[in-house]
Formats: sequence, C-alpha cells, structure tokens
Amino acid sequence: MNTSRRGLSFYLLGAFFALFVLFLYGPTATILILSFQGPEGGLTFPMNGVSLHWFRNLFEQQAVGDFGGSFRRSIALGLMVMVLTVLFSVLAGFAFRHRFRGSGAIFYLAVASLIVPSILVSLGIGLFFNILGLEPSWYSSALGAHLTWTLPFGLLIVFAIFNRFNPAYEEAARDLGASPWQTVRHVVLPILLPSLIGVGLFGFTLSYDEFARTLMTAGSFNTLPLEIYGMTTNVTTPVLYALGSLTTVFSFTVIGLFFLGLILLRRHRLRRSGA
Amino acid sequence: MTLTAETSRPSVTAAAGRARRGRLLPRVAPYLQAAPLTVTLLLFLLVPILTIVAVSFWDYDSVRIYPDFVLTNYSELLTSPVTWKTYLNTLKYAALTWAITLGIGFTVAYFLAFHVRSTTWQMVLFLVCTIPFWTSNIIRMISWIPFLGRNGLLNSGLISAGVIDEPLEFLLFSDFSVVLAFVHLYALFMVVPIFNSMMRIDRALIEAARDGGASAAQTLWNVILPLTKPGIAIGSIFVVTLVMGDFITVRLMSGGQSASIGLMIANEISLLQYPAAAANAVVLLAVVLIMVVAMLRVVDIRKEL
Repeated sequence: MNTSRRGLSFYLLGAFFALFVLFLYGPTATILILSFQGPEGGLTFPMNGVSLHWFRNLFEQQAVGDFGGSFRRSIALGLMVMVLTVLFSVLAGFAFRHRFRGSGAIFYLAVASLIVPSILVSLGIGLFFNILGLEPSWYSSALGAHLTWTLPFGLLIVFAIFNRFNPAYEEAARDLGASPWQTVRHVVLPILLPSLIGVGLFGFTLSYDEFARTLMTAGSFNTLPLEIYGMTTNVTTPVLYALGSLTTVFSFTVIGLFFLGLILLRRHRLRRSGA
Repeated sequence: MTLTAETSRPSVTAAAGRARRGRLLPRVAPYLQAAPLTVTLLLFLLVPILTIVAVSFWDYDSVRIYPDFVLTNYSELLTSPVTWKTYLNTLKYAALTWAITLGIGFTVAYFLAFHVRSTTWQMVLFLVCTIPFWTSNIIRMISWIPFLGRNGLLNSGLISAGVIDEPLEFLLFSDFSVVLAFVHLYALFMVVPIFNSMMRIDRALIEAARDGGASAAQTLWNVILPLTKPGIAIGSIFVVTLVMGDFITVRLMSGGQSASIGLMIANEISLLQYPAAAANAVVLLAVVLIMVVAMLRVVDIRKEL
C-alpha cells in the first residue's frame, strides 16, 4: 500500500512512537539507576556515589519485611495460576468449538470477570471466606482471586487461536485413522503449543504482579506486591528501588525465557522437518 | 469468525455413528471440558459478588457484622455528599485517562499498523509496547517519584534550564500525577485492541480510497476510523473499568490527597465496615456495568476474536 518514499507523517508518527516508548521505559530506567545509590544517597538524584548497599540491605530481614518469603510465595502462586490457567482455558476452548447449551452464559461470565473491579473480587472472596469461617490464604482464596483475572484472558487467547486453527489438519489425522485422543495429542496440541506457552506467560506474570485481588484474600502471609505496597508507606530509602529493580529484572527474565523457549521450539521443529 | 458456527463438524457426526459410548461422549464432553473454568468463576466471582450483595444489607457495629435486612448502608451512602463528590472525581479520572489513552493508543497503533512495513519490525515494536504490561504496576507507579518529585529530574531540569525559579509542586501527589500514572499503566489496553482491529482492515480498501482520490487524512477519517471502532470500544471498556475500580494508583500517586470510589471502599474495608463497603461496591458495580453496556452497543465482542 505504501509508496517507496517515506512521507513527513511517517517521521512525525515515528517520533511520537519513540516518545511513547521513552514514556513507558524512562521511569523504570531511573529507578534501576537509583537503586545503585550510595549508602548516603536519597530517593532522588543526584547520585551520592555508586554502591550495592541497598541490594544488600534488602536481604537483611529487619530492614524490610519478609522479602524472601513473599517472593517465594508469589512465585509458587504464579506457577499454580499459570498451570491452572493453561489447563482450564484450553479445556474450555475445546468445549467452545461446538455450540452447547449454556455456552453463551459461560462466555459472558468470563467477560464479566474482566469487567468487575478487582476490589469487588477481593472484598467478595474475603467476605465469603469470613462467613464460612475459613481462613483465607495465598494458596486458596488468593489463588481463586487470581484465576478470575487470568482465566478470561486465557480463554480469549484460546478462542483467538482456535478461530485461526485450520480444521483440515484434524480431518487429515482422522482420515489416517487417528483416534480423537491421538488427534488431540499429536496434531492439535503441537500446533497450539507456542500459543499455550503464551497463555502460561500471561497467567504467571499477571498473578506475580497482582495486588488488588490479593489484598483481602492473601490471609496472614504477604505476597510480593503486598510486601512492596507495605514498603511504600513506611520505607523512605532507595531499598524500595532495589526491590523494584530486582522484581522488574525478574519479570524481564521470565519474559526473556519465554521468548527463548519459543525460538528454541521453532528451531527444533525446523531441524526435525528438515531432517 | 463466530465461535460456535462450526456446529456440524465431521467429528460429531462420525463419532455419533460409532458405539453408544461414542454417542454419549460428544454430548457430555463440552460440559466436562468447560466445567473447571466455569466452576472456578462461579465459586470465585459469582458467589463472592452475591455475598457482597447480601452483606450490603447487613448491619454492623464497631466489633462485628451480623445478618439483617437494613437499607441504612445504602441510604447513608447515597445521601452523603462525600459519595457524590468522590464519584465525580472518579469519573473525572476515568474521562481524562480515557481521552488521553485513546489519543495515544490510536496514534501508536496507526503508526505500527500502517507505517511500519516489515512484519518483523511490527512484531518487535508491538512487543516493546507490551512488555511493561508484564511488570509490576506498583513499581511502575513508584518509578515516577524520582522523576516528578520536588527535587526530581523534571523540576531540576526546568530550574537549570531557567524555565522556572521554584520547583513545581503540582507534579507529584496531585490529580496530575494520578492521571499520568493511569495513562502510563493503561495506555497499553488501548494500543492492543486498536492495533488488532487495524491489522484486520483489508488493505485493498485503503488503496481503493486512495485511487478514488482521498487524501491520507480523509482515508484515516472515513475508512480507518470507522473500521477501528470495535477495537476502540474494547480498549475503552478496559481503561474505564480499570480506572473506575482503582484505589492503589489514586492512593499512591495522590499521596492520600484525592479520593476515588475504590479508595473509599478500601478505607471502609480497613475500618472493618464491611456492610458499608459492600453497599458501596454494589453501587460501583452497577455504575461500571451501565458504562460497559453503553460501550458494548458499539461492538459485538464475540466477533472480535
């Protein structure tokens, strides 16, 4: 559609885009730099020397709350949410390939789950557990609260995948005598695999960073976002930035591993089909 | 592209011809497959909301809450001028954030979809936009402090450039910083659906517009914009519902000087006034649902996947 010469509008829009990216990443970059603040330095520039003081500070239990424990809980919770999100949304995706009674209601339930403000989910589950006399905890009530956020995303992604899925592959498998299970196992799932890894990434990162839905559902042990939130109200040293940098680097690592996995998967398949 | 259009697929008919087990299974299978997701959502979404509705009629004192049927939670809520002021403030945040993210989202998506020519670059730049979405919101808010603070980068930059003599006070802990943080956090929710809509526009339509003598601006206004409406509606639903229910951004970025409905509910929760919080939450849910239904009139989401 384009002619070969770039017009003025391209450069203007390009500049706008560059500013947008700067806007997205600029602040995070500043706290990455400030987390290496010297021991005497404050929350803003100028840098008062360069040190790892605040990172060391982070691992001293008394300086901040239970950073290690909350980090471990957040990872465990994220992994549980990830597995359940992939499993439940793929299963539901299969169901939605055919019309069945109630499919509309389930679809709207999932959409409602995206729209209902997180604080309602938090309050509702908190009250529900309270009335039943159950103790809320990060692996029960918070797990459910997180799933109300990740499942609809997972389901919508799976819908999008199935809509682009060519049923000819399945028919070919069936014509060759594959049983329904064999068709799913050897044809459908391998084709879906890269997207399923994507759903998993969504599930993990959304859960790992979720705050509002965890607020009333985590029980007596904090997850990492709750811990960070607690720090914002009573910590006024760059140790806050050190924690922010660490968890951001962790998120980037998870995303990086995900893309590395996708690239390796594709290379592996190319090699197999070439051989 | 509807989800349920593929009704008479060979799998169903072929399987139906087989043994009795094969006749029963395809009919039960969808329910078994959808059950885990449905049960989870019923248990952790629908039941909790019904609980909130029930508790909103309960009574409470300073120690505990007890089952009852009173309307005082609602009457106190709706007759208090604070509620109305807070709703107005929340709506103001939602409107400002919506308008700004729409402008940014549309421009960014338009650039990506129509001005970046190679698909690889399109994907790379799109990912650059989406990656911050996968990092912590709270950290992204905090990261504005060194930039906007009294001695922050912006103030010191402006002072050394001679633009201002004294640090600007309104940058941090103000409505300005709240809306800035909202835009920073949620612009992506606009970019993604609008980009998705734009990528599905048949490029032949745009060539036809050009061949018909339309200028770039006319094409944008008369062809691209109408076809992007569904994406705009979905993005708007996300942004508006996220802002309407927010409490953490308002609390952190206004330094406790502004209020929102979410923050009001969070405060009532921390004071253990659960029935009051529940009544407030029910009203908030009703307001959000009305706004969503209004926006859904523009789009059929099931067609947009």
